[in-house]
Amino acid sequence: MSANQITNILVVGIGGQGVMTATEILAEAAIALGHDAKKTEVAGMAQRGGVVSSHLRFGPKVLSPQIMAGTADLLVGFEAAEAMRWCHYLKPGGLVLMNTARLVPPVVDLGLYDYPDDPLAEIKARGYQVHAFDAMAIALELGDVRLGNTVMLGAMADHLPFPPGVLLESILKRFSARKPHMVEVNRKAFEAGRAADAAASHHKESALA
Amino acid sequence: MVRCGIAAKVHFSRNTRESNMAAVSPAPATSRLLLSGNEAVARAVWEAGCRVAAAYPGTPSTEMLEVISTYPDIYSEWSVNEKVSLEVAIGAAFAGSRSFCCMKHVGMNVASDALMTLTLTGVAGGLVIAIADDVGLSSSQNEQDSRYWGRFAHLPVFEPSDSQEAYEMTKAGFDFSEKFQVPVILRMTTRINHVKGLVTVGERVAHAAAGFKKEPARWVMTPAGAGKRIPLMFERDKVLRAEAEASPLNIIDNGRDKRVGFVASGPAWMHVRETFPDAPVLKLGFSCPVPIEKIRAFAATVDKLVVVEEVEPLVETELKAAGIECLGKEILPRQGELAPNVLKPAIAKLLGEPVPEGITAPAQVFPRPPTMCVACPHLGVYYTLAQIKNITISGDIGCYTLGAGHPWNALDTTISMGASMGIALGLDKGRGETDKDKRIVAVIGDSTFLHMGMQGLLDMVYNGGNVTVLLLDNRAVGMTGGQSNPGTGRDIHGQEAPRVDFAKLVESLGVKKERIHVLDPYQLPVLFKTIRDEIKIPEVSVIITDQPCVLIDDYKKQKPYEVIDDKCTGCGNCVDVGCPAIHVTRREKVIKPSGKEVELQFVRIETTACTGCTLCVQPCAPEAIVHADLTKPMRLVRH
Repeated sequence: MSANQITNILVVGIGGQGVMTATEILAEAAIALGHDAKKTEVAGMAQRGGVVSSHLRFGPKVLSPQIMAGTADLLVGFEAAEAMRWCHYLKPGGLVLMNTARLVPPVVDLGLYDYPDDPLAEIKARGYQVHAFDAMAIALELGDVRLGNTVMLGAMADHLPFPPGVLLESILKRFSARKPHMVEVNRKAFEAGRAADAAASHHKESALA
Repeated sequence: MVRCGIAAKVHFSRNTRESNMAAVSPAPATSRLLLSGNEAVARAVWEAGCRVAAAYPGTPSTEMLEVISTYPDIYSEWSVNEKVSLEVAIGAAFAGSRSFCCMKHVGMNVASDALMTLTLTGVAGGLVIAIADDVGLSSSQNEQDSRYWGRFAHLPVFEPSDSQEAYEMTKAGFDFSEKFQVPVILRMTTRINHVKGLVTVGERVAHAAAGFKKEPARWVMTPAGAGKRIPLMFERDKVLRAEAEASPLNIIDNGRDKRVGFVASGPAWMHVRETFPDAPVLKLGFSCPVPIEKIRAFAATVDKLVVVEEVEPLVETELKAAGIECLGKEILPRQGELAPNVLKPAIAKLLGEPVPEGITAPAQVFPRPPTMCVACPHLGVYYTLAQIKNITISGDIGCYTLGAGHPWNALDTTISMGASMGIALGLDKGRGETDKDKRIVAVIGDSTFLHMGMQGLLDMVYNGGNVTVLLLDNRAVGMTGGQSNPGTGRDIHGQEAPRVDFAKLVESLGVKKERIHVLDPYQLPVLFKTIRDEIKIPEVSVIITDQPCVLIDDYKKQKPYEVIDDKCTGCGNCVDVGCPAIHVTRREKVIKPSGKEVELQFVRIETTACTGCTLCVQPCAPEAIVHADLTKPMRLVRH
């Protein structure tokens, strides 16, 4: 949390992954706790597979909705290269939660550009902490790739200035209103995300030891 | 979430459009809601007792009317273009109803013909016109400053800086409009329209229509009538300026650091307050006419005055003309947003302070431009156009503008809504010696055609053009989210509405019946043959492709395909289709018997994303693409 008591979270990915929805759920959780919040996207034609970066700022009173580069408290990357693209938005030594899935755009398939060999290593080389896991594989195991963003939300749960239960409630509230049959599987996806983050964090510590 | 992010895409549903706002019963008064600027305006329009709202979709303005359409007791419509939408709102205001119209910045270019005379008549019922400027060009063909319209048309301009203000200023706008019988422009930007923030909402207060009063001297703008209204407009200017000087929407924060004082409006005001919490700031909420004297007094309290406005130096120029010393675009950019990362170094430099340490440079990562969707019916059209040599393709505004990109590179011009028609005719009539054998093709979507393309086609037929028109009818305003139009057979609420017959329409504009073809764009051989045949005929032809946008309910998915690895020869034909479900897994350089070096591209299909359109199957020479065996466990293929 910044000195002025504003928490800055940047969630990035590509159009269609549910980045904006995930950030909105996060915002709703913050609001439920009485915070002021603003959420904004840089999403050029996001429905069309372009880059999406969603800024969330919450605290006692939020003015500008935009996070300045170098000041994000947490970066959540729904896709490996996107986590790398935006990591300079983090404060020095900040934490990246990263889905290792690589979503290759047509310009790479056409041979016009290369996909980075190892985004994870590139981010670490810049001095940031990284918790990396394959959110898509976890979602597929639970039976639906669309659970990916709940997995990512689960991974965030232990890095927020409020208890994990608040975020889970914000997710389940959404589903109980619109798709009640999806409540249980989303609860599982959330817990799986939390576990994946914890395992990734543990993995890092043991690597250091 | 899926590899290409495609399967998880929002599926546009016309009948059950989801929105944060309750579709049936609006949230009760005093609720604190997380609303985008667009949603906040919609709520305020409803609460203000507005009875008629009209718009043509356009990013970033679209959601205003989309959300309004979910409220009870208000008539809303998707109009065919912005000019018509404004005229509908004007008519309702003449009838004494409160009315609302919204558009993206370029929409007002189309609607301005009505606006420039509306300023002479004024209104009876309150009229608020929200114009959304795409500052930063997130989804537009240019970057305009709509505050100009306030100056050009002598109208008041309100500028909110977040959702709560958008809500309050919309309501204030209706009251002001009615009090002074003048339409009010609400100037928004992408960073207001699409930012979500907390809004405390209130009650709806109904306003009955006063009824139309016959008053030709006021409503009929003949030269004589207009001549009498112009002096009244100048009188009104004085009143508006006095209102701006006294307006509670223009507020001063007395900061203690007097070295630099700011005049700021819109989201830039938030950025200034965020970046320089101790600086004195005069916020312009009622920004046109500029409250010159209020600013002059403020300027006297600070050492230096900086005007922070997106995009053009309008306030700055007026202050300088009034003899108020200030800085603006000398130190700040005239393009894009004036976000904290722009303001901080500029002001540090002005004060002679060390410019804040450069943040870590961003990592170099490939660009990720927007792409067409998996199985998009436009893919077949551009794949075909890319194969035809010696053509110039005049394009238009919509998803199909993406045809200018890779791998097709099959679109040569884009200017404005409907421009593909006139520009194609101009390319034909103005052709030089080097172009004499070039064939001219125009590509336009259904909604853009109805918006402003019909007139261009009529002109082309009337004046004997030699152009082949591709009318891509995907039964939706695709790029903005699948809204309806007169070609979709549904109204804004998803209810059945008369559906225009495009073949009959173009025939009635004068296109010969034998030059009109309605085709399935997934049938590549027919598409190829028809385009190739028609471009040879020196007349106007219209080829209508008739398959729905893959994101709307009308689209039916088929069984997905996969690639048999052993059979794939790496020819790359399928890659040229440009479908994002096709991925190259391996490249190999080989020397052909002719001695020519070619690069083979071996592929796989993202089966979870594939919807079985067959566009890649048709050009596959070795027949390596077959229906996927869905009984096998899903594979995760790593690149």
